[in-house]
Amino acid sequence: METTLPFIEFDHVSFGYDPSRLILEDISLKFPRGKVTAILGGSGCGKTTLLRLIGGVHAANKGRVMFDGELINTRNKSQLFKMRSRLGMLFQFGALFTDLSVFENVAFPLREHTKLPQAMVRDIVLMKLNAVGLRGAADLRISEVSGGMARRVALARAIALDPELIMYDEPFAGLDLISMGVAAKLIRTLNDVTGATSLVVSHDVRECMSISDHVVLLANQGRIVAQGTPDELMNSTDPETRQFVRGEPDGPVKFHYPAPELAADFGLKA
Amino acid sequence: MNLLVGLGAWTLDQLRGWGHAALFFAEMLRAVPASLRRFSLVVAQIYAIGNRSLVIIMASGLAVGFVLALQMYYALSIYGAAESLGLIVNLSLVRELGPVVSALLFAGRAGTSLTAEIGLMKAGEQISAMELMAVDPKARVLAPRLIGGIVALPLLAALFSAVGIMGAWVVAVKLIGVDAGNFWSIMQTQVDVWRDVGNGMIKAFVFGVICTVVALYQGYETQATPEGVAYATTRTVVISSLWILGMDFILTALMFSTP
Repeated sequence: METTLPFIEFDHVSFGYDPSRLILEDISLKFPRGKVTAILGGSGCGKTTLLRLIGGVHAANKGRVMFDGELINTRNKSQLFKMRSRLGMLFQFGALFTDLSVFENVAFPLREHTKLPQAMVRDIVLMKLNAVGLRGAADLRISEVSGGMARRVALARAIALDPELIMYDEPFAGLDLISMGVAAKLIRTLNDVTGATSLVVSHDVRECMSISDHVVLLANQGRIVAQGTPDELMNSTDPETRQFVRGEPDGPVKFHYPAPELAADFGLKA
Repeated sequence: MNLLVGLGAWTLDQLRGWGHAALFFAEMLRAVPASLRRFSLVVAQIYAIGNRSLVIIMASGLAVGFVLALQMYYALSIYGAAESLGLIVNLSLVRELGPVVSALLFAGRAGTSLTAEIGLMKAGEQISAMELMAVDPKARVLAPRLIGGIVALPLLAALFSAVGIMGAWVVAVKLIGVDAGNFWSIMQTQVDVWRDVGNGMIKAFVFGVICTVVALYQGYETQATPEGVAYATTRTVVISSLWILGMDFILTALMFSTP
């Protein structure tokens, strides 16, 4: 397999939970192998849906989603499960199993997919927890860890099987500044150490720009506003890109939801 | 015309729902062998589901036994047939009340708990996380609970009947003064282990399948919101109860239509 091929490719993909209301419309994207790609965009623009399509949770209504040169076929369960065993995903709120301890959460994929002896499972779990700074929290219950710690436990679980693709869904949402910095550093370090391909979905511009090799900016219906290196986007003269990366409240993306004129709504105009 | 269109749409909707539920059931059955390979999970679920309902089942069985003995004694003594009390109580419990009341209580206690648990797992994206880790949630989460429910309900129904008979004995023999030898011996001679106890167990097994499948389906298909989970738990009780009562009539007609 040529390593220059993109690891993930969207080829004219359209998708909507209700096909009459598309969330992604005719989107074509390539995510480079071995790099950290940030997918930025406002709420509801279809960022998380992109990850779900890659994971085969949903099937595209039109177009193709390719994983390492292979078409993702959601109907072929064995192929889908084989593909999924090559990826790890960090969910927005961790999605940890609340009936298991921190240790057992990280051990979960190892126990499900390997026949490793207990001693080896223990060593791997502790190594992964050490990588996210939570080796000492192995015996805690999920109800005993904070939001930031839960995110790190989820990250340890996502990398338990050393996946080739790691997807991060809003890894910085709701974190304090220290936890945010820790999460950003972890994402970058993990990518550099493991050589995995990383996709980070977020609307946190500053953190994403600091750790990404490639950035894609999406608008509604998955329209690609801009893509390139963080520097290219930061220095872009395109008004929509500038508005997003600078966090300006009004611009090409309107502050107000479409509505009748203010005067008409308050009965000031005949 | 609008009425016709509405009726057609409703019918299609119902058929789609039934088809979806049937597929769900088939997929869950297909996942049973895989879940049996994780036998410790199955045992944990039998314990969790059965244990959760133990107190309510025993308390209800005892109360039903008390009341049944009182009511039947007064009715039978009018016709001078009070010596049949043990038989009437036993048949009422093992054939009908044991399986039916246990199943209704099971739907309210363990069924709602299963629905809420699966619904909240879905809301917390635990089900999606499992799917994305290439682990089939039907084999890992649903099938062990299905087996747990199917095994637990017949045991609970048997316990309900046993406790009910003990309750009836306390009221009839200890309080009213019915002859103890008569109370027990008529059961030994007239209650058939296959026809009466066996058919009661078959009923409990069928109700176990109904309650658990309905609870798991409602939890798995719930909208991942607080309102969605609340609605799903209510539906679990309503749908399970209607199914239990309907199936009980059909099973009774099939099992006991000849004397």
